[in-house]
Amino acid sequence: MRRSVPPLLWAPGLLGLAFLVLPLVALVLRAPWATLPGRLVEPGVLTALRLSVTTASAATVLAVLVGVPLAVLLARVEFPGRRLVRALVTLPLVLPPVVGGVALLLVFGRRGVIGSWAGFSLAFTTAGVVLAEAFVALPFLVVSVEGALRAADRRYEEAAATLGATRWTVFRRVTLPMVAPGLAAGTVLCWARALGEFGATITFAGNFPGRTQTMPIAVYLALESDPDAAIVLSLVLLAVSVAILVTLRDRWLG
Amino acid sequence: MRLLAAVLTASLVAGCASTAAQPAARPKNLTVLAASSLTEVFALLGRDFETGHPGTKVTFSYGGSSTLAQQIVNGAPADVFAAASPATMATVTKAGLGSGAPKTFARNTLVIAVESGNPKGITSLADLAKPGTKVALCAPEVPCGAAARTALGAANVSVQPVTLAPDVKAALSTVELGEADAALVYRTDVKSAGGKVDGVDFPESAKAVNDYPVVALAHAPNPSGATAFVSFVLSDQGRKALTAAGFQTP
Repeated sequence: MRRSVPPLLWAPGLLGLAFLVLPLVALVLRAPWATLPGRLVEPGVLTALRLSVTTASAATVLAVLVGVPLAVLLARVEFPGRRLVRALVTLPLVLPPVVGGVALLLVFGRRGVIGSWAGFSLAFTTAGVVLAEAFVALPFLVVSVEGALRAADRRYEEAAATLGATRWTVFRRVTLPMVAPGLAAGTVLCWARALGEFGATITFAGNFPGRTQTMPIAVYLALESDPDAAIVLSLVLLAVSVAILVTLRDRWLG
Repeated sequence: MRLLAAVLTASLVAGCASTAAQPAARPKNLTVLAASSLTEVFALLGRDFETGHPGTKVTFSYGGSSTLAQQIVNGAPADVFAAASPATMATVTKAGLGSGAPKTFARNTLVIAVESGNPKGITSLADLAKPGTKVALCAPEVPCGAAARTALGAANVSVQPVTLAPDVKAALSTVELGEADAALVYRTDVKSAGGKVDGVDFPESAKAVNDYPVVALAHAPNPSGATAFVSFVLSDQGRKALTAAGFQTP
């Protein structure tokens, strides 16, 4: 196998690997290990971590509730303009998150399209954080589930239907179990993306400890006054990300 | 405004003349990191400086002073640093990255920025603590946030802000967008917003005056340009532009 790779590819390939791994190694090396335990239990860190985990989980639930049906519609229903709709769904993947934040402000802000009509504002609230995270993370789930649906063998669904199962039963007992690995992977990706969200959140939900200051925002602000604190917070996020990867591997990829 | 227009026109005319005179000169770059409250006035000063120093191209990077200070400490290639507080400047000078001592070139005070026409009838800092009033403050890390904390402390008012913005322009834009009722920003920011927001003065602002220091940086890629720009900011011409923008000058 090794001989089939042209030698010319080794150097740039290893360089790419080093480029990805070195910054993370630096983070671990530069961490203030001596004071780490004390810093980890500082109220500010725990507050931001708790808020991040809660909002990312809520955003993921929201994404699953609307994302799975959306993926089913995209994969199973023929309608004119389906390709356009699919492109629109994936747009937040390529859109700078800050733009998403501004757009959310114009819809759900106090002067926004829905906000001014319904007389409420989600800007600067914890619900706003959830919304901002769901906006950028939802496409990950939809793309993942839709891919699984398209790859699934439709004959099982047809067989169930011929045997008298209702459409809802087919979806619940045949379709969903078939796409479960795709759904699970999509859910984890969605959660991870929501956890790391920064741009849309600070633009739409602002920054206030305990209410809208998530881990990434805390890292950003800590870097200005206390770089060591920023490293500690980054280390926590790194640990969470590694944990996600390990979970993914053991459950669905390994 | 008329003064600014005149300066602008003059610099444009002069700019054309000087480019015509030296067509082959390669532009020398000068990078200035400046507090975001300096955005409008430094844009003008930069153009005037380019006029006076043909062949120099001034590039600005605006942001929260503490962000910029960290960037310099982490090796950002820059020639000049203009901060909105001595504390953020000290981050740079204590790291030995200033060339010479920083000089104070301007002072700024806080006002309460409210929506145009002041629909909530806000007249004092105490009004910001009223329930139902949405207030945006700067994060305590940045100078405007530190000043806001001092002023609120002096007034003995405790405010529950809806957000702590990473720089003064972000705080101002929450009011411009109508998402917050009030924000504590600099007098100069309200002035540069041009009628979109109104400024409400309050007596405690005198207790939270921000000094703006400027310094040429030790590792400046363009050291002569850096020194010249600092002198220019401190010159009569610089002072005039700063005063026109609403700054006090020492």
